[in-house]
Amino acid sequence: MKCVALVGMPNTGKSTLFNRLTGAGARVGNWPGLTVELASARVPLGRHLARVVDLPGIHDLQGLTEDEGVVQEFLATQRVDLVAVVLNATQIERQLALAVQLRDAGFACALLLNMHDEARRWGVRIDAAALQRSLGMPVALLSAKYGQGWGEALLMLGRCLDTEPAAEPASEPAIGAAMEAAIEVAMEPAAGPVTAPATLPAAQALRQRHDGAPGARAALAAAVRLPAVLPRGWTQRLDAWVMHPWLGPPLFLAAMALVFNAVFTFGKPLQDFTGDVFDALRGAALQPLLAAAPDWLRGLLLDGLYGGLATVAAFLPVILLFFVCMSLIEESGYFARAAFLADSLMTRLGLDGRAFVMLLMGFGCNVPALMGTRIMRSRGLRLLSMLVIPFSLCSARLQVFLFMIAALFSPRQAPWVLLALYGASFATTFATALLLRPRRAAPEPFVLELPPYRLPTLRQVLLRASGEVGHFLRRATRFIVLGVLGVWALTHLPPDQPAAGPGTWAGWLGTYTQPLFAPLGIPPELVLALIFGFVAKEIVIGSLAVIYGLQGLALQQAIAAQVSPAAGLSFMLFTLIYTPCLSTVATLRSESRSNAFTLLSLGWSLGLAWVVSLAFYQGAKTLGWG
Amino acid sequence: MPPLSALSPGIPARVARVHAEGALLHRMEALGLCSGNLLQVLRRAAFGGPLHLRIGATELLLRRVDAGCVELAVADPS
Repeated sequence: MKCVALVGMPNTGKSTLFNRLTGAGARVGNWPGLTVELASARVPLGRHLARVVDLPGIHDLQGLTEDEGVVQEFLATQRVDLVAVVLNATQIERQLALAVQLRDAGFACALLLNMHDEARRWGVRIDAAALQRSLGMPVALLSAKYGQGWGEALLMLGRCLDTEPAAEPASEPAIGAAMEAAIEVAMEPAAGPVTAPATLPAAQALRQRHDGAPGARAALAAAVRLPAVLPRGWTQRLDAWVMHPWLGPPLFLAAMALVFNAVFTFGKPLQDFTGDVFDALRGAALQPLLAAAPDWLRGLLLDGLYGGLATVAAFLPVILLFFVCMSLIEESGYFARAAFLADSLMTRLGLDGRAFVMLLMGFGCNVPALMGTRIMRSRGLRLLSMLVIPFSLCSARLQVFLFMIAALFSPRQAPWVLLALYGASFATTFATALLLRPRRAAPEPFVLELPPYRLPTLRQVLLRASGEVGHFLRRATRFIVLGVLGVWALTHLPPDQPAAGPGTWAGWLGTYTQPLFAPLGIPPELVLALIFGFVAKEIVIGSLAVIYGLQGLALQQAIAAQVSPAAGLSFMLFTLIYTPCLSTVATLRSESRSNAFTLLSLGWSLGLAWVVSLAFYQGAKTLGWG
Repeated sequence: MPPLSALSPGIPARVARVHAEGALLHRMEALGLCSGNLLQVLRRAAFGGPLHLRIGATELLLRRVDAGCVELAVADPS
């Protein structure tokens, strides 16, 4: 099968292009001979079925970052029939050198100039035919987001694959001649296959320094007209407010507060509705169906498995809503602005603006945020970022908090309690960084591109949000069935004891841990949920349903009757700060490649959780607020 | 002319030389910070935070420390 590699700079819409190319058919997996995971898919291109690989965004073919290393290794070791170079047409002036570098390294290239609609609006005029002649590679102008030029781009890629690689590496002039022939083919739909140059021994070619600048300058002079002055667009007008030194930070906080309030206000009714549907299903179908089953089996299936799963599943609409909001913010380009505003604060904490963006990403899930720290080259900076990211209030913890807050606080207080927990999440992060940052920080360059604001399409947002919900579901189902069954076993064994009574294993566990948790105001039932929450926070509410043998509203009332708001907050603070889940621990281990660091992170978060909960609960009691 | 870290917002200038090496130099060049290019500071973040620059059609964030190694020349009116 032919192999097509997508190579391009960051922020060129390469992922959008890949998604449009592959639909939902992409698979992320290990590539033979490489240690990293790359997304790839089989795509019909013209007469061929090609495997298209999405390589990480790079700035320079000879760059030194981890992502650039991945691309170099891939191109040097894998058989690549065509490199599809994806560039942002608006920034062609700066980015074209990358295409020239790839061409000079001997790869068969095709140039995809993405975001051509935006470039036209900015007054950038590109003569595709002249550019093809000057560069010696086929060129397509397109917008992967809105689909203009898409059909032509696909045809061009298909025709590029028609050319068969020659057996012998071609010499320099021969490349030019053969590429010209290939271009003729690319432009003439009816032409047959011709001989194109083979890739030079790629590993050797990649080691040489190819300066793309002169070639790029020549091509730009021949084919591109740039505006003398860029039009003042709405990005500039918006940035005047959003990035204002004094107005920016309060606007950021207001935007965050708005998002979390929206998630709560719109999510709560959705969650109640889903819960009611599951209750109705239980009463109408499952109970009659299992009426004849033995008591223990009915208990296990209905109160254990179904109760636990239904309680977790009720949160899916909220999680979806949350990720819709997150992807709207992320795709719009606001995160880079947040990095600008936060960098000076983060520098004082030994971190930088990118770490702040990773913290925001961590609000979705800590695992990708931890992996995102790969862009940092200094190990000290990276480890410190990885140490604080697990304190980001992720969507699984959000679900626990929504449930507990609804049980213990009035609807008017609820959004503010949630906001306070997000505040606590930031406070823990900052305190940890301040206390544990290395005394002598290694200098790490901080250069970040600031893309213009872009309205994400509905398709982009839904694709992203449904993908994240899929991840949540996979994580949840992986652990939750076992977790819920484990909780059921602990609360119902040995068999002669009343469920969740002091004589069961769960009862013993609760009694033994009480000396540790009673000072925090956390009763044995909730301690058990915390123990299971170590595996994944998705389990916590499900296990509470099993422990109390209740669901939904009845469960919330039972907890409210037993736990004071102060004790509930102490439980939530503990949930926020201690280890988020096993997946995070595993990611910490694999990304840091250090057992000592992983243990430090585990120990620190557990210890901090205990101390903060203790201080909070005892403080609240002293103030007579218990 | 003073280095980029001292350039006031709104004043166009030309990059004369970048005194950096390795990863930082590669990165800066790839984002358009190489000699001859025209640039402009759009704004500076509060509390000694990064600079917001525009070079051609690219906008980027650069820390003041790193901006200190960009030597500037006067942008001729042509």
